[in-house]
Amino acid sequence: MKVRIDPEICQGQGRCFSIAPQIFDFDELGNGVVLGDGLLTSETIELARLAQANCPEHAVFIEDSP
Amino acid sequence: MTDNPLVQDFATDWDHSDPQWVADPYPIWEDLRQRCPVAHTDRYGGGWFPATHAGVSEIAKDTTNFTSRNVVIGNGRPTELDLPAPIGVAPPITSDPPFHAIARRLILPAFAPGPINALEPMIRELCSKLLDTMAGEDVVNAGTQYAQYIPPSVIRGMLGFPEEDIEQFLEFVHIILEGIDHPEEERIIEFEPVEKYFVAQIEEHMDSPRDDLTSYLLNAELDGQNLALEHVFGTMVLILVAGIDTTWSAIGSAIWHLAHNPEDLARLVNEPDLMPVAIEEFLRFYAPVTMARLVKHDMEYQGCPMKEDDWILLGFPAANRDPVAFKDADKFIIDRAENRHVAFGLGIHRCAGSNLARLEMRVALEEFIKRYPRFELADSKAVTWAPGQIRGPRNLPIRILQ
Ligand code: HEM
Ligand code: SF4
Repeated sequence: MKVRIDPEICQGQGRCFSIAPQIFDFDELGNGVVLGDGLLTSETIELARLAQANCPEHAVFIEDSP
Repeated sequence: MTDNPLVQDFATDWDHSDPQWVADPYPIWEDLRQRCPVAHTDRYGGGWFPATHAGVSEIAKDTTNFTSRNVVIGNGRPTELDLPAPIGVAPPITSDPPFHAIARRLILPAFAPGPINALEPMIRELCSKLLDTMAGEDVVNAGTQYAQYIPPSVIRGMLGFPEEDIEQFLEFVHIILEGIDHPEEERIIEFEPVEKYFVAQIEEHMDSPRDDLTSYLLNAELDGQNLALEHVFGTMVLILVAGIDTTWSAIGSAIWHLAHNPEDLARLVNEPDLMPVAIEEFLRFYAPVTMARLVKHDMEYQGCPMKEDDWILLGFPAANRDPVAFKDADKFIIDRAENRHVAFGLGIHRCAGSNLARLEMRVALEEFIKRYPRFELADSKAVTWAPGQIRGPRNLPIRILQ
């Protein structure tokens, strides 16, 4: 599984990187970005889901990685 | 408070300044969600109020049919004296696309988590000093002695205005907050001393730039040019208006809640790590900010015959209580894990100051409960709530328990 943020939808609400700093960071405008390749492990998947469930803009996507 | 007649039916005649709404709006919104999801009023020249999460989020994101040209409801409408859309009087909050993105991009870096997190020690010291001034009192006013002072003092520090000017600065903040929806001609006269002081500060910063928000705005460039002085002044005014009674209300509501929910207070005292999650629930449950839009052109919207220049009251606090969007929406759950609340708005106007607001709330509450691990309302009937679009307790007497 892989996580990504759609930059067109993200408005920098900042919930993802507060909840899961292991997975997300912010850019100089305060918008959310995914750290590294965004691949999730069995340890990080739940945290990514929690961040997704708290993003008011629905900008976080968790998808099957190819 | 307005002198308008009391409301009999909020579905056809809503008024956000009606005493019943000011005292306790939540049952009104719940009733509207069940029988009239987009309520109407002829007051203020005509307006609509969607009470559901779906309605609020759709309108917040729709800049084609709705304009931000005026975001505070009054009896008037923008006049020729006001700058037209897409810029508006106070960019970016009164701006529409495409200009909005430019004005917003200008201020975002100053409010991104990096620079904001660096303010934590300053805010902590400020809160601690405020608590020192209240020491020894059995009953303290958490509104007028504490919450009210925190946001303006933080912003004074961010702007780099001298600490000894704080009383004068608080007075200016007062003039601005009171005067913001006065007609342009009155506002110009009222703002004169404010403008004089701010311009003097701006000039002083031009002579000796330093690492603060004033110098940041003076250095900022639009199309390769520095901003006009009026733009710098306008942005400072917006930051004061948007950042002060909003955050003061949020801090006050949280203290009010803790004062009559001892089990939540005890949990926060015993589990400090819960604070960030609790803050999101305070923001959801007591969201202080309701915005407005104007309808751009006559249209039918969700079966409602909307007219050009009708108001939309954009109730983020009502959206946060919609049971369709939140499980047990009417319950305050201090450790609510999934919380997509919209207290900071949705879409392109998402609160630019949200990182700062959260930091101020967290530090203000941490310091308060560290000093006073047990307290209660001293007189629940004495608590007053601000009317209008910013909701929060103003008079908040708290009895300190041993
Ligand atoms: C708990 C405190 C706060 C709440 C609940 C809050 C809420 C909001 C909301 C709902 C909006 C959206 C406006 C709209 O859709 O028309 C907004 C916009 C804005 N807020 Fe806040 N705010 C808070 C504190 C602050 C602070 C501390 C600052 C800065 C010092 C600030 C600066 C702004 C600015 C500049 C905008 C306009 C953004 C834009 O139009 O792009 N706010 N705020
Ligand atoms: S929570 Fe959503 S809107 Fe906020 S920064 Fe993360 S992805 Fe963006």
